[in-house]
Amino acid sequence: MTLLLLILILLIGGVLAWAAARRSASAARWIALIAVLADFFITLNLWISKPAAGAGRWITEADWAWIPQIGVRFHLAVDGLSLLLLLLTFFLGVLSVLASWREITDAVGFFHLNLLWILAGIAGVFLAVDLFLFYFAWELMLVPMYFLIAIWGHEDRIYAAVKFFIFTQLSGLLMLIAILALFFVHHGATGVYTFEYEELLNTPMAPGAAMWMMLGFFIAFAVKLPVIVLHTWLPDAHTEAPTAGSVVLAGLLLKTGAYGMLRFVLPLFPDAAHAFAPVAMALGVAGILYGAFCAFGQTDLKRLVAYTSVSHLGFVLLGIFTWNSLALQGAVVTMICHGISTGALFIIAGAIQHRLHTREMGQMGGLWAVVPRLSGAALFFALASLGLPGLGDFVGEFLVLLGAYKQSILLSVLATVGVLFATFYALKLVQRAFQGQNTFNWSVPDLAPHEGLVMAVMIVALLWLGLYPRPVLTTFEPVVAQLEQLPAGR
Amino acid sequence: MLGLLWLVPAIPFAGALWLAVVGPRLRERAVAVIGTGSIAAATIVSLLIGAQFLSSPPASGAYTQTLWTWVGVGTFQPGIAFYLDALSLVMVVVVTFVSFLIHLYSTEFMHGDEGYSRFFAYMNLFVASMVTLLLADNLLLLYLGWEGVGLCSYLLIGFWYKDTVNGIAGQKAFIVTRAGDTAMAVGLYLLFHNLGTLRIQDLMQAAHDHWAVGSPLAVAAGLLLLGGAVGKSAQLPLQTWLPDAMAGPTPTSALIHAATMVTAGVYLIARTHVVYELAPAAQFAVAMVGILTLLMAGCSALTQWDIKRVLAYSTISQIGYMFLALGVGAWGAAIFHFMTHAFFKALLFLASGIVIEALHHEHNIFRMGGLRKELPVAFWTFLAGGCALAGLPLITAGFYSKDLILWSTANSPIGGALLWVGGLIGVLFTSLYTFRLIFLVFFGDVKTPVSHRPGMTMGGPVMVLAALAIIGGFVKGSFETLMTTALPPFHEAGLGVSELVSSTVAGVAFALGLVVAWYIWVLHPALADQAVEFSGGRLLHRFWFSDWGMDWLYDRLLVRPLVWAATINKNDVIDSIYDGIAAVTTTFYRAASLTETGKLRWHAAWIAGGTVVTLAIVMLL
Amino acid sequence: MLPIREGFIVAGILFTLGVVGVLVRRNLLFVLMSIEIMLNAAGLAFVIAGTRWGQPDGQVMFLFILAMAAAEVSVGLGLVLELYHQFKTLDTDAISRMKG
Repeated sequence: MTLLLLILILLIGGVLAWAAARRSASAARWIALIAVLADFFITLNLWISKPAAGAGRWITEADWAWIPQIGVRFHLAVDGLSLLLLLLTFFLGVLSVLASWREITDAVGFFHLNLLWILAGIAGVFLAVDLFLFYFAWELMLVPMYFLIAIWGHEDRIYAAVKFFIFTQLSGLLMLIAILALFFVHHGATGVYTFEYEELLNTPMAPGAAMWMMLGFFIAFAVKLPVIVLHTWLPDAHTEAPTAGSVVLAGLLLKTGAYGMLRFVLPLFPDAAHAFAPVAMALGVAGILYGAFCAFGQTDLKRLVAYTSVSHLGFVLLGIFTWNSLALQGAVVTMICHGISTGALFIIAGAIQHRLHTREMGQMGGLWAVVPRLSGAALFFALASLGLPGLGDFVGEFLVLLGAYKQSILLSVLATVGVLFATFYALKLVQRAFQGQNTFNWSVPDLAPHEGLVMAVMIVALLWLGLYPRPVLTTFEPVVAQLEQLPAGR
Repeated sequence: MLGLLWLVPAIPFAGALWLAVVGPRLRERAVAVIGTGSIAAATIVSLLIGAQFLSSPPASGAYTQTLWTWVGVGTFQPGIAFYLDALSLVMVVVVTFVSFLIHLYSTEFMHGDEGYSRFFAYMNLFVASMVTLLLADNLLLLYLGWEGVGLCSYLLIGFWYKDTVNGIAGQKAFIVTRAGDTAMAVGLYLLFHNLGTLRIQDLMQAAHDHWAVGSPLAVAAGLLLLGGAVGKSAQLPLQTWLPDAMAGPTPTSALIHAATMVTAGVYLIARTHVVYELAPAAQFAVAMVGILTLLMAGCSALTQWDIKRVLAYSTISQIGYMFLALGVGAWGAAIFHFMTHAFFKALLFLASGIVIEALHHEHNIFRMGGLRKELPVAFWTFLAGGCALAGLPLITAGFYSKDLILWSTANSPIGGALLWVGGLIGVLFTSLYTFRLIFLVFFGDVKTPVSHRPGMTMGGPVMVLAALAIIGGFVKGSFETLMTTALPPFHEAGLGVSELVSSTVAGVAFALGLVVAWYIWVLHPALADQAVEFSGGRLLHRFWFSDWGMDWLYDRLLVRPLVWAATINKNDVIDSIYDGIAAVTTTFYRAASLTETGKLRWHAAWIAGGTVVTLAIVMLL
Repeated sequence: MLPIREGFIVAGILFTLGVVGVLVRRNLLFVLMSIEIMLNAAGLAFVIAGTRWGQPDGQVMFLFILAMAAAEVSVGLGLVLELYHQFKTLDTDAISRMKG
């Protein structure tokens, strides 16, 4: 019941915010903030009071019949993986509401409606364990995101929004086909029509069919992740979206792809995924290197940060398909830390754009003297992004690389070179934007108290994850154990 | 008392945090008290721990303190844990003590700088990271300190960020050292997967148990760790960042780029000495890196005109000696040279800082001169440091440590006559460039007037270091005994050169350098210019001046192609696939829409024609 | 008994005339007339076919066609009037707003 509440609070909160905005814009903001905060604390409470593991796969669940004729159920459940990602969702949700506090002045109510509905969709994706419901939630987060980019975005917003929509929609259709194929294959094998995740888990199927279905899921998630070659929607969407949109995109939407790989691709098609793993790992490494390389070439602050996502999510893909406990744990830690560090960089980029009305790094320089607190925060998150030990990203990346070494020395070494590449773009960002002479004589206010609070919270979170990641690791441990037990798990 | 070990990194870290958060709002004096006080506290704690450790050493010869488990996945359980033995003790005491002196010096040196609190925050963070590096019980924590000191080095080189050159120099330092760290990280994966732990002591034990001498894995591990060490310690082929790092404030150069951080590579190799003992090829590589670096950097030092760059090349060269010592198995000698080098090189940098500040930030030694009378404190301390660096026999610390290295090289199975002679030539070069510096800066005519004289907070630390640079060598005997509790003793074999012969030859090399320097730069100042007149001399001068052209090579080979390719690819070549698909679709849509003329008769004709054709097909087939 | 073959030929000629009329005339009124001719050609074909089988169905269909044609003309003329109001012409080539 709590799980349904999580989604309902967001859906209703969105509508309320929309309705309230006719009276006052700040009422809409407060309603949105309270709704997301409520969800955050509910989830936090769930995490802290988490009942002892061992009572089965799920920590808690909620199950109702929905369309019984074809075996569709409204089934929500959380395990360690989804719990962590839910926490991240609401954490970043709170921060993106705060980040839009000053930035969004047009159609405030509708903005928060969209924002909260995206969060509801994402929460649904992380919660659903009925494939039909999952697909429903998957599409639910798409439409409001489209509006968010297309209405409140920057110059090329329509182009970016359409590109985003086409990429994700087309790949979503592939997943729908794969879901239906699995549905019928399961019926063929057992005579039962069901979309229930746990029942579909051990569907017997021919290797060829399994490979095709696995690819259907994989491509859908690969577009979201994004895997190199399918990544080109990302820089445009991230760059053009408003700050909250970028934060949600980078911090959460990309994670749904990784989540899908962990939740569906590996467990549903272990043999096919195992056969495909070398290709996926190679794609991950290619993404790490290519993403970093592209990021290094950018002059637009947000675009640079966007490409770093391609690079970091390459580590996640590498970690997932490396498929041992080290790398899987690393992938999850990277997902969470990337959400925070990149989200923070987008908030900083947004704050800079809000002040200077440009994202072009050639127009900046010497900002350290002007906005020292903002620059210090930017330096901190740039360092997190380049994988400085002591901050969260390092733990994740190191675990992935350590695990990957066992599977392929070559890939692991190449990916380590990717960490070196990260230094290039992170230092370029700091150098171009904040150091050097203040050639353009900028004189703008430093971080406001609420912005400073957002930054401080994120800094503390990253330090905590970097120095004491045990709570995250132990939460995810049972899921890792299950993944490792899969027939082909290594 | 040993239980207070965690305070040694924690106090400077707390200081850094405090200064980072509230520093900008504090007055200069408060910042100085926090910044220097935290290091003083850490020094006192480390001295107390040292006294305790020496008076009643732990039974196993080492003390371990585990704070909490850091990561923890399966068998991978690195902790935030500290390990204290004679090796880390010596390093920590020297590092904290020298850091304290340099912090004290900085309170005056940085006076009036707008980034005063930022400077002390970075410096404190550096000390915290450096101590973490030294005390780390496992390689992952060591890596944390390792990257942390690299970060502080980057931040402090680019401390005066308004000048783009400084920022670029910082970037270069960070990137080049991180290139080495990449190798080191791979080394960590290799060690963990083959030996199943990253705790250094367990690792050494396991390596000893599982690997035979000369096993390929041991060689690979040794070479990968060496990769990290040459990056951090500015050895061949990754030495190019250190001379540029002189863009940072002088106390930074003294602390990070002379006394402490750059010797981290030496510490790493000494710490993992078992791996090198199992991999003679890797150990020989260490010796080769050392000897080549010390010679090449010695030549380069001879041609520089920037006082700090001379000292930078000298640092590279002296660390080359330490690598040589490690390479020939004289572990204790390397650490001994680290200690004396920390004293005299920090001293030289601090004294040169006094000179530079006295002359309106003048770095060019050819515009200095005659400062012997003008700045007596700087002169006498610089002379003491210079003599220690060049190895003035019997009375300076540098002589004892360097002599030990040379003697070990001559008598090691890995070393031999060739390496020994190389080391001796290095002594000659050292003496030559050191006295060139001293004669040009402190002798001759006054070329730039002195505008500023140092106060006691700058003069005091320099004098303390000068004393240490002289007397630091007298502890040689007890130092060696102490080191044997942590490091294997030196195995004597080979040439059988006695200490007396070795010392005498080194002394002769020193004297020769001194005399030649006197002859060229004092008696015949035109001689040096004449040497550069003819084309061969000029070419050699340019070649040495530009660090054997390695910067140029890296720039053309790596930096420029990468930057060029990244700029070309700004719009992401992969996106053109999708642009292509979009373009094809658009073309088809335009072609199809051409038929939509909007003319009724045209559409009717198509309908009629289409019907006729369809009917024809149906009827005829 | 009508001669079937000739009857169909007449119907075909009438239909072709109608089609050609639609295609070559630019005035909308003539287009409508041509459509009427085509409808009647189809009706003629129904009647002839009905006599061939001795069934009344063909003539019934013709009645339907007449009704439909009346409706079509009324709508068509209404559109023509409206178009004339808008464009001040009945030239079909001039009215080409549907161009893609």
